[in-house]
Amino acid sequence: MAATFFGEVVKAPCRAGTEDEEEEEEGRRETPEDREVRLQLARKREVRLLRRQTKTSLEVSLLEKYPCSKFIIAIGNNAVAFLSSFVMNSGVWEEVGCAKLWNEWCRTTDTTHLSSTEAFCVFYHLKSNPSVFLCQCSCYVAEDQQYQWLEKNMQITILTCRHVTDYKTSESTGSLPSPFLRALKTQNFKDSACCPLLEQPNIVHDLPAAVLSYCQVWKIPAILYLCYTDVMKLDLITVEAFKPILSTRSLKGLVKNIPQSTEILKKLMTTNEIQSNIYT
Amino acid sequence: MFVPCGESAPDLAGFTLLMPAVSVGNVGQLAMDLIISTLNMSKIGYFYTDCLVPMVGNNPYATTEGNSTELSINAEVYSLPSRKLVALQLRSIFIKYKSKPFCEKLLSWVKSSGCARVIVLSSSHSYQRNDLQLRSFYLFIFETESCPVTQAGVQWHGLSSLQPPPPGFKRFSCLSLLSSWDYSTPFRYLLTPSMQKSVQNKIKSLNWEEMEKSRCIPEIDDSEFCIRIPGGGITKTLYDESCSKEIQMAVLLKFVSEGDNIPDALGLVEYLNEWLQILKPLSDDPTVSASRWKIPSSWRLLFGSGLPPALF
Repeated sequence: MAATFFGEVVKAPCRAGTEDEEEEEEGRRETPEDREVRLQLARKREVRLLRRQTKTSLEVSLLEKYPCSKFIIAIGNNAVAFLSSFVMNSGVWEEVGCAKLWNEWCRTTDTTHLSSTEAFCVFYHLKSNPSVFLCQCSCYVAEDQQYQWLEKNMQITILTCRHVTDYKTSESTGSLPSPFLRALKTQNFKDSACCPLLEQPNIVHDLPAAVLSYCQVWKIPAILYLCYTDVMKLDLITVEAFKPILSTRSLKGLVKNIPQSTEILKKLMTTNEIQSNIYT
Repeated sequence: MFVPCGESAPDLAGFTLLMPAVSVGNVGQLAMDLIISTLNMSKIGYFYTDCLVPMVGNNPYATTEGNSTELSINAEVYSLPSRKLVALQLRSIFIKYKSKPFCEKLLSWVKSSGCARVIVLSSSHSYQRNDLQLRSFYLFIFETESCPVTQAGVQWHGLSSLQPPPPGFKRFSCLSLLSSWDYSTPFRYLLTPSMQKSVQNKIKSLNWEEMEKSRCIPEIDDSEFCIRIPGGGITKTLYDESCSKEIQMAVLLKFVSEGDNIPDALGLVEYLNEWLQILKPLSDDPTVSASRWKIPSSWRLLFGSGLPPALF
């Protein structure tokens, strides 16, 4: 219990997340109907890999079916826009499948009509070099789904964004030159990053953390590029902050025409702006 | 499951496993950080599981430029072979409904790795203590030449500063049950039956308080008595499972409130140290105690970033 400044007594949230002790008691008192509901919900929340065109499920794990030398993942709308304009524009990418998942944050369960801004996780590979994979993930992946999303001589690159207020520094966050890049790499990633590494005591959660943890434990070379920005929606300056990555080995050979890519990026921005006008 | 850093799994036969429970104030986890940092334990593997919320960051115990870029995940195992100690650190909370499966996986690893015993560092809500656990009042009854005078004394933290009864009073003999210099301690311990056999004498010599039983359902007056650890996270589950699986486990906990829990963590490691003697015994000077534990470099900025200068 804690008293606020106004004198009211409220239940203070526990940092250790132990408020749900009732959940264990519920587990003991669970009726068969409750258990059935919980299992159904768990089935609904399962992450499924599908072949997009035929909508049949990919029985074999995606990465096992095609040998993979490079895997680039973009999580979040800014990272997705960056890869769309700079990387996907420079080669012919073929869609191999998508990860369909549902959680309480999804506004739709229908995978047939997907716009570029409201897509689920879509996997592509480069037609000229089918061992190079790309994944665009702009949906919200809940904690319990983050591990399912991963399946198992490849190098992984992850791009994502975070709000600058998540970044802890002894200066004030207002004085930081946002947007800026930081990197986290696994022990087996021997190349250097194109930006400073994430300083202590900063940490990363969610899907990028799940992917990086998996890679660290199973000794896969992987690097996460994190863009700290103060604009979380699609924004030109934030997407351009990813540009230093174009010169790294992760994206080498995949990017051809930068001026053209910049044009495409500008077009993506304006399309979105019109869509977000609440008067139309 | 345990995944070693190197090629082969290290031999942990006969080791003592120290681990935190994710509990109120994160005291167990802070205490583990202090132990790993002070003893400079080296990482030997990961406890890879889908039961904890994923998180990564760079080495929280970094001391130099060189070792500050090693990636750390949410559940890692460290060891100090010279003292036969192995430490598991948990850095995030449980995903809903996954705490019980985690306990099962953990205990089966404990059994298969050959660890001799487990010590769980935990905490419990201080506001949930009952009168017996509070015990902040002690009663003297003094007999003067004429008639008994009752003096109620309130317990202070530094009990040694209390003066003995003034001359002319002598302690009334029927109160010798309440040791006059006794004071309530916020620390408690719990031992599983198999652990009791081996360490009961040692614990008795330390004069520690065992965790009391309280009503299973506090609101109902005639409900049964059982061990309850409110705010202790998986502590109770681990304890119950260890009792039934005959694993030697000790639980060391402190009654705390949420807030700046670093002093609580320092208290808990000192409490553990009374038993395990990880560091040299404490001298009487209380100012020395805090400085001999090495604060990890990742404990910076616990309460947020710097403030904008324009604020002042």
